[in-house]
Amino acid sequence: MSFFSFGQSAEIDVVLTDAETRKKAEHKTEDGKKDKYFLFYDGETVAGKVNVTLKNPGKRLEHQGIKIEFVGQIELYYDRGNHHEFVSLVKDLARPGELTQSQTFDFEFTHVEKPYESYTGQNVKLRYFLRATVSRRLNDISKEMDIVVHTLSTYPELNSSIKMEVGIEDCLHIEFEYNKSKYHLKDVIVGKIYFLLVRIKIKHMEIDIIKRETTGTGPSVYHENDTIAKYEIMDGAPVRGESIPIRLFLAGYEMTPTMRDINKKFSVRYYLNLVLIDEEERRYFKQQEITLWRKGDVVRKSMSSQATIGAQRFEGSKSSVSSMLDLKCRA
Amino acid sequence: MSDPTVADTRRLNSKPQDLTDAYGPPSNFLEIDVYDPQTVGVGRNRFTTYEVRMRTNLPIFKLKDSIVRRRYSDFEWLKNELERDSKIVVPPLPGKALKRQLPFRGDEGIFEEAFIEERRVGLEQFINRIAGHPLAQNERCLHMFLQDESLDRNYIPGKVQPLGLTMGCGNDCFLLFSLALFPFSHLLFFH
Repeated sequence: MSFFSFGQSAEIDVVLTDAETRKKAEHKTEDGKKDKYFLFYDGETVAGKVNVTLKNPGKRLEHQGIKIEFVGQIELYYDRGNHHEFVSLVKDLARPGELTQSQTFDFEFTHVEKPYESYTGQNVKLRYFLRATVSRRLNDISKEMDIVVHTLSTYPELNSSIKMEVGIEDCLHIEFEYNKSKYHLKDVIVGKIYFLLVRIKIKHMEIDIIKRETTGTGPSVYHENDTIAKYEIMDGAPVRGESIPIRLFLAGYEMTPTMRDINKKFSVRYYLNLVLIDEEERRYFKQQEITLWRKGDVVRKSMSSQATIGAQRFEGSKSSVSSMLDLKCRA
Repeated sequence: MSDPTVADTRRLNSKPQDLTDAYGPPSNFLEIDVYDPQTVGVGRNRFTTYEVRMRTNLPIFKLKDSIVRRRYSDFEWLKNELERDSKIVVPPLPGKALKRQLPFRGDEGIFEEAFIEERRVGLEQFINRIAGHPLAQNERCLHMFLQDESLDRNYIPGKVQPLGLTMGCGNDCFLLFSLALFPFSHLLFFH
């Protein structure tokens, strides 16, 4: 998001030092469009230049100070007036005075803490941005530049499988198993459904991935559910003793890492919903939460040194998940 | 051994299926036929009954093959009982056709062949949908409707216990006809 200068006397813009080498990441905007922004990780330095360009070179520009801020904030859509800033850094670039010609100011925010991942959701938005401001008596001239932050994790030490026997007494007993409880965003869910008792006429079975965004606290908690994926794993009627395999590639879906109680303002959680549908369209379901995390990419020579430091903290090599050739097959 | 860059997508180990389970008859057989409409009575006191034949191998039903005669108002009674006592959303019955019961019609009214056939089809769909519902199968009224010779409208409503267990199931329904699957252990009866 950027504000155009109100006063027509000057233009202000922000350019990063490593604009040529820094990777960009796609991020959805509030109205659903996708845009590319510079990608940063926690601990990386944010440095660049602020260019103040005078429209009329002869005319002086009086100002009350020039500064640049680095802001990380959470915005709840139902409470737009209040922005909750969890990161707020300021660098003063110029004391109150006047500019007689266009000028460029250097800035550097060293090793900035960026504790949370950028997120644009149904009811809440978490964003990071640089804001350069020329303060003036009547109206300020300012420019915002959004950046995207990704939070990386390593392979968790404990990653037990999920295995459970569920059902309806005397009607339908199944045992389901998923190979892990924590999956990275390009991982594969490998599992199986084992039928112990089938006294209903099943037509087909599917796995849905559901994203639940929770905003608010206490009595005014609000959940927003979104079905990210529906993946059929069985077509037809199973009998006792049958085992249906599950192989669901996550890379094909747009998901974020699991976010728990971010700054006590919101959560984003993911669930696998196993659904069986019988011949009368009745649905039998079992929902199970999974944790999603973001794996760091392979460290490449072309990366800037700062990003290398950031990535070197994390293991993990690039997973070569093949293209979305899903083979749906029964046992 | 395995390349860490390629995700392990091998199937999980599963128990081999017993051949008798694989090729044996499925344990979900349930078919109800509504047929043979007969109009009984004379003049103004006529009404149509239908034969309701149920064939099943579900253990919750006492009789594996049963035949009873029911009329439309009996189906209405069943619908009302289920709407009151069970938590399920009961599917609709074919229409009451009140217009057809008014005098001075050109045709046979509710005894018109085409109308009876249409109603028969609707009743058959209705009872099959109901009888297959796991929560409806727990209701005493459904068993009485399908397998007792006549309906005792003064019966005591209640739940039927599955044979061999001392506690039935009671699940909440989410959305339309959705049932949550609950975890259970063979040693415990779940609520």
